[in-house]
Amino acid sequence: MNNLIKIFLILFLLSSNAYAGSDGELEISKKSKPTKDCFEKINRATFALNEGLDKAIFKPVAQGYRKLPSPIKTATSNALDNLSNLITIPNNVLQGDVKNAGINTARLLVNTTIGILGFVDAADKMGFPKYVKEDYGQTFGKWGMGPGCYLVLPVLGPSTIRDTAGSFVNVMGGDPYYNLSVNGNNEFLDGKLFAATKTISAIDFRAKNIETLENLEKNSIDFYASVRSVYLQDRENKIKNVRRGNIEVIYKEDEDWEEIDK
Amino acid sequence: MKKKNFILLIFIISITNFNIAYSISPDVFIQSTVNRASMVLSKDIPKHEKMEQLKIIAKKTVDIEGIGFYSLGNSRKNLNQLQIENYSNLFEEYFLKSFSSRLAEYTNPEIEVKDKKILNKNYTIVNSILVSTKDRPEIKIDWRVYTKDENNPLIRDLIIEGLSLARTQKEEFSSVLNSNDGDINFLFKILEDFSNN
Repeated sequence: MNNLIKIFLILFLLSSNAYAGSDGELEISKKSKPTKDCFEKINRATFALNEGLDKAIFKPVAQGYRKLPSPIKTATSNALDNLSNLITIPNNVLQGDVKNAGINTARLLVNTTIGILGFVDAADKMGFPKYVKEDYGQTFGKWGMGPGCYLVLPVLGPSTIRDTAGSFVNVMGGDPYYNLSVNGNNEFLDGKLFAATKTISAIDFRAKNIETLENLEKNSIDFYASVRSVYLQDRENKIKNVRRGNIEVIYKEDEDWEEIDK
Repeated sequence: MKKKNFILLIFIISITNFNIAYSISPDVFIQSTVNRASMVLSKDIPKHEKMEQLKIIAKKTVDIEGIGFYSLGNSRKNLNQLQIENYSNLFEEYFLKSFSSRLAEYTNPEIEVKDKKILNKNYTIVNSILVSTKDRPEIKIDWRVYTKDENNPLIRDLIIEGLSLARTQKEEFSSVLNSNDGDINFLFKILEDFSNN
């Protein structure tokens, strides 16, 4: 109960802060300002450390994971997606997206039961809409909170003040899986299982992006800056829920392109 | 009289040709461009040859100079004529190498143009998908096509799954300049090293 109060206090303070400097209009609807890299020197050092860890540990492990039979990788990915629903659903609600909260709750129920703990994406086979993950960082963004400074976290990688605050909400009661495994008193789940799940999730992500990151690194003149740009663009798109169909939102900010034609 | 009619006929033919022969819709332009690139990529030739052929396609279909100025952001306003010329040359070499190297990684890609959206007189966004294979999922690719000269549309940006390559490049260049007190010569040196490497 204490944690729940803390969460709502954080959410209230963050959202109040977001509106304090605005004139009543949501930041998201204005031309987005570039995210500041206030701690660039530290971030670059952490980035170098992460690159070292990646080359020594994560990439080789991800390459090994890629060699597993395809059905095993698909089942693992499905199960991880299914678990992530536990964070997506409350965020759907906090963003006022009741329809998707309902769809994702049904998806969680279907996949956990018929889909055997989520290893099979039965909901997809039944024609559910494509699953889109949501998290607390996105919810803060949706509420109008700016990203704050760009951060590179050790091991975890690119983030922002807002997204890091969002991750803290997970461990303060916002992630039911964390609550049950780390704080729950039961014989099936524990902290080790939670850590293992997060590690597998990271390996799965890395395995899916081996070529993309290699290509980006090989063709960058400043790899750190490229990763920062790609991360921030991706978060911006996720907060705006940019998908095919609302193309006007993506390409609204055309001033920079128009200027070179003058 | 015959001579006059002949001249008039030639004049009419040339006007008609000028008006209709070269106009091309942005989606048709993109589909034909990717088809040409796919043909190159599916050839059984060494990677460096593929890259050379892709460079020829890019020179004709991409607004390299425009992307170069966009990538430089506000810094371009501080350049003199000589620096602009120097930058344009260095950027073209850098861009062609980076662009062809990225594309050459794909073998036999199948890209389908799905839709287009006219943003304004100068820009149309063409939506396409890179068809999924057993190794990778479907990838959405949008193309920003510069249509100011409708007879000669040019690609200005590729937006892959919502991530703009031009914007990434612009932020990369900006970072290089910021880390070196805005010294444009440092950027020139990096571009040159990249192309020569």
